[in-house]
Amino acid sequence: MHLWLRAAISSDLLLLVTEMVIIGVSLIVFLVLLCFFLGWMERKVAAFMEIRLGPNRVGPMGSMQIVADTVKLLFKEGLTPNASDKFLFNLAPGIMVVTSMLAVAPIAFAKNFQIWDVNIGVLYVSSISSMAVIGILMAGWSSSNKYSLIGAMRSGAQIVSYELSIGLSLISIVILSGSLQLSEIVESQANGWWLFKGHIPVIISFVIFVIASTAEINRAPFDLTEAEQELTGGFHTEYSGMKFAMFLLSEYINLFIVSAIAATIFLGGWMPLHIGTWASFNHIMDFIPSSIWFLGKTFFIIFIIMQFRWTFPRLRIDQLLNLEWKYLLPISMVNIIIVTAMAIFGWHF
Amino acid sequence: MTLLGENHITEEGQFVINMGPQHPATHGVLHLKIWLDGETIKKIEPHLGYIHRSIEKMCESLTYRQYIYTTSRMDYLSAHMNNQACALAVEKGLQIEASPRAQAIRVILAELTRLASHQLWWAATGLDLGGVTPFFYAFREREAINNILEETCGTRLTQNFVVPGGIMYDIHPNFQNHVKQVIKQIKDNFHEYDEILTGNVIFQNRLQGVGYISKEDAISYGCTGPTARASGVSCDIRKQFPYDGYDKIQFDEIIATGGDCWARYEVRMAEMLQSVHIIEQLIDNIPEGDFQTKTKAVLKLPKGEFYQRVETARGELGVYLVSDGAATPYRCKFRSPGFSNLSAIPHMAKEAKIGDLMAIMATVDLVIPDIDR
Amino acid sequence: MFLKDYFGTIFKSVKSLLTGMKLTGYYFTHLKEIVTEEYPDNRATLKMADRFRGEVIMPHNDNNEHRCTGCQACELACPNGTIKIITKQETLPDGKKKKRIDTFVYRLDMCTFCNLCIVACPSDAIVMGHKFEHSVYDKKQLKKILNNPDSKLMEGVEE
Repeated sequence: MHLWLRAAISSDLLLLVTEMVIIGVSLIVFLVLLCFFLGWMERKVAAFMEIRLGPNRVGPMGSMQIVADTVKLLFKEGLTPNASDKFLFNLAPGIMVVTSMLAVAPIAFAKNFQIWDVNIGVLYVSSISSMAVIGILMAGWSSSNKYSLIGAMRSGAQIVSYELSIGLSLISIVILSGSLQLSEIVESQANGWWLFKGHIPVIISFVIFVIASTAEINRAPFDLTEAEQELTGGFHTEYSGMKFAMFLLSEYINLFIVSAIAATIFLGGWMPLHIGTWASFNHIMDFIPSSIWFLGKTFFIIFIIMQFRWTFPRLRIDQLLNLEWKYLLPISMVNIIIVTAMAIFGWHF
Repeated sequence: MTLLGENHITEEGQFVINMGPQHPATHGVLHLKIWLDGETIKKIEPHLGYIHRSIEKMCESLTYRQYIYTTSRMDYLSAHMNNQACALAVEKGLQIEASPRAQAIRVILAELTRLASHQLWWAATGLDLGGVTPFFYAFREREAINNILEETCGTRLTQNFVVPGGIMYDIHPNFQNHVKQVIKQIKDNFHEYDEILTGNVIFQNRLQGVGYISKEDAISYGCTGPTARASGVSCDIRKQFPYDGYDKIQFDEIIATGGDCWARYEVRMAEMLQSVHIIEQLIDNIPEGDFQTKTKAVLKLPKGEFYQRVETARGELGVYLVSDGAATPYRCKFRSPGFSNLSAIPHMAKEAKIGDLMAIMATVDLVIPDIDR
Repeated sequence: MFLKDYFGTIFKSVKSLLTGMKLTGYYFTHLKEIVTEEYPDNRATLKMADRFRGEVIMPHNDNNEHRCTGCQACELACPNGTIKIITKQETLPDGKKKKRIDTFVYRLDMCTFCNLCIVACPSDAIVMGHKFEHSVYDKKQLKKILNNPDSKLMEGVEE
């Protein structure tokens, strides 16, 4: 595409801008469509686990229900409470969506298909995802609602703590693969995914990553910031209409991102499943397109996180922090030492 | 907007929030004013009156046959037991007793209602603590019970199937078969309840050691039902003041000593199995005979006071009738279990977290129309 | 000892969580367990229970005759004033004057379906119907007249 555009546009600056616009628009369209799909998927998964049918009226299998909901949210009046800090109140949903969309940049969707192959990809993703807390705090504070404020304060404590575990579990793979660049991490798994190559320590860091990222994106059982039964909606209590839909959008984008990161780091990204010396098996696996591999792995993790939500009750705030500081963090610290030893002595496959 | 002031932040720096009357966890229009220090609850003040329908006053203008139906609207989850209490109070005044057949059917229906009520409670407890899925598993069984009630009584929730002197109609021909099916279904599916909630470590941690109330406090607050029995108070009306032939039935009074939310949870779970046990004893042994004792067309109670208590799914329901000899009660007063149990909540929730308050309200099993009447 | 407790707790917790996930996973993969009734679609097969209390109706036979004598027992039994019976004097063929119902007014909007009127009726003139889809746009339509126009009392009910 670059070459094709090069032929059409002569100016370097104009070329860069055109490329950026094309990529940006296609990314937004992709993410919105993805959120439609995730919304539908979540409803169906929840319904089947709860022995219900789920949406089944609008469109085939209820797939257009989410579109109808979006249209409804679009037409709804976006209320801004009188007592709120109006600038921050209106800014918060935008920040939430932008921060979650930024984190999509370094993800490799397929072989040689990556928006921005930055050489510090892992660091970039973990730093961007920690900015989501600003949006939540902003929304909670500016709403001038006591429930929102409590929800926002909870999320501050929660996201800051769980970032540590996420970082540490990502670092274990960085140590093993020796790179922060996502494309190189994927390449390092050509002969086997880290989940299989890295023995038990990597499995432990995978589990910790999934748990901690569920907490990081505020999904049940860690949805204390929303906590419908306690805080009636937490930080987005006062939001309605499209502003509310933005929070929903960012929640699903976040869900996709953490699953995509987990798939990339632990499950080999777009790398097909290869088993040691089974040449013919490996060959057949290579025929499946790399994007299918990537999306398949991502949706597998999304499904697991959804199953968490529809199985477990919510934790209490002190239990949430106990889980992080007394269990996840010490375990991942010990785990890192073991992984480092593995990397130094070459114990992994 | 300034947040300082009586209703926002007190001088001690406590944060005041109004939980309800519109709140997802209060299961109705209960209004709790809560003083918070961070996440810790310092003080709770329940405010009532949002669903007051003056049922007691209404009963004064209704005859002894008519006033029974209004009580279905108090504790709508144990509607049958409420009706039973009212009918028993009238029977006490008339000095008649329902036939053995009517008594047995009343007991079966009461235990079915108790099962349905406890299942809704279980479902709502899961929901209040953030787990949505258990709700649907419990409702599957509850629907089956409601279908039986619909078949025999004609309605699913507000039955009004009890009349002074017996029951309105004889049981439906399919009643026994369907009850047996439901009992089997509940027994088969009970392990799922354990798998998804009881055994879950998150759920256990949310309930254990939360909302403690001692035996003495439970008595002094007037708690009854599973709430008091979880603190070790023996207060099952079915055992202590048997009515409708409960004295001839084998069953255990479930008493736990923990006094916390977990004890209340376990008491109710065990009570479900006891209800199943009671129904199993009776379902094949419903005595033959009339389902209704003959009464006069217009019931008139002799001058005097009559009190009848009944164990509903939430605790002791008392019906107090004052008669001046007319066809309508001179005064009618209901002692509802929910009101006394609610009064203990500020005590239980002291120094608890906001999340704990949900667990406490869920395990005390509040039904707001029962509190307000 | 501490480590044993620590890892024991973790092991037990993970096991309990996996038990729950196994159950939800079971239902996710066994779609035949779904209990949802697709209500408006199953109207044709939907059968209400025999004693279902949908509304009070007054059955008429083929000759447009009902069984209501106008004794007003139901009106007295009703706790809400749902039923109002308007009677008229009618001259029978043999010259005797008799009380007959003119209109049997039933207000569905005030009815609580307590069944007391049905129990009170000495001649089984009214029963509970099975219709339950009562929603209308105008609440005036909820005030119903149960006896058909020009209907008569069935022979032999009054004895």
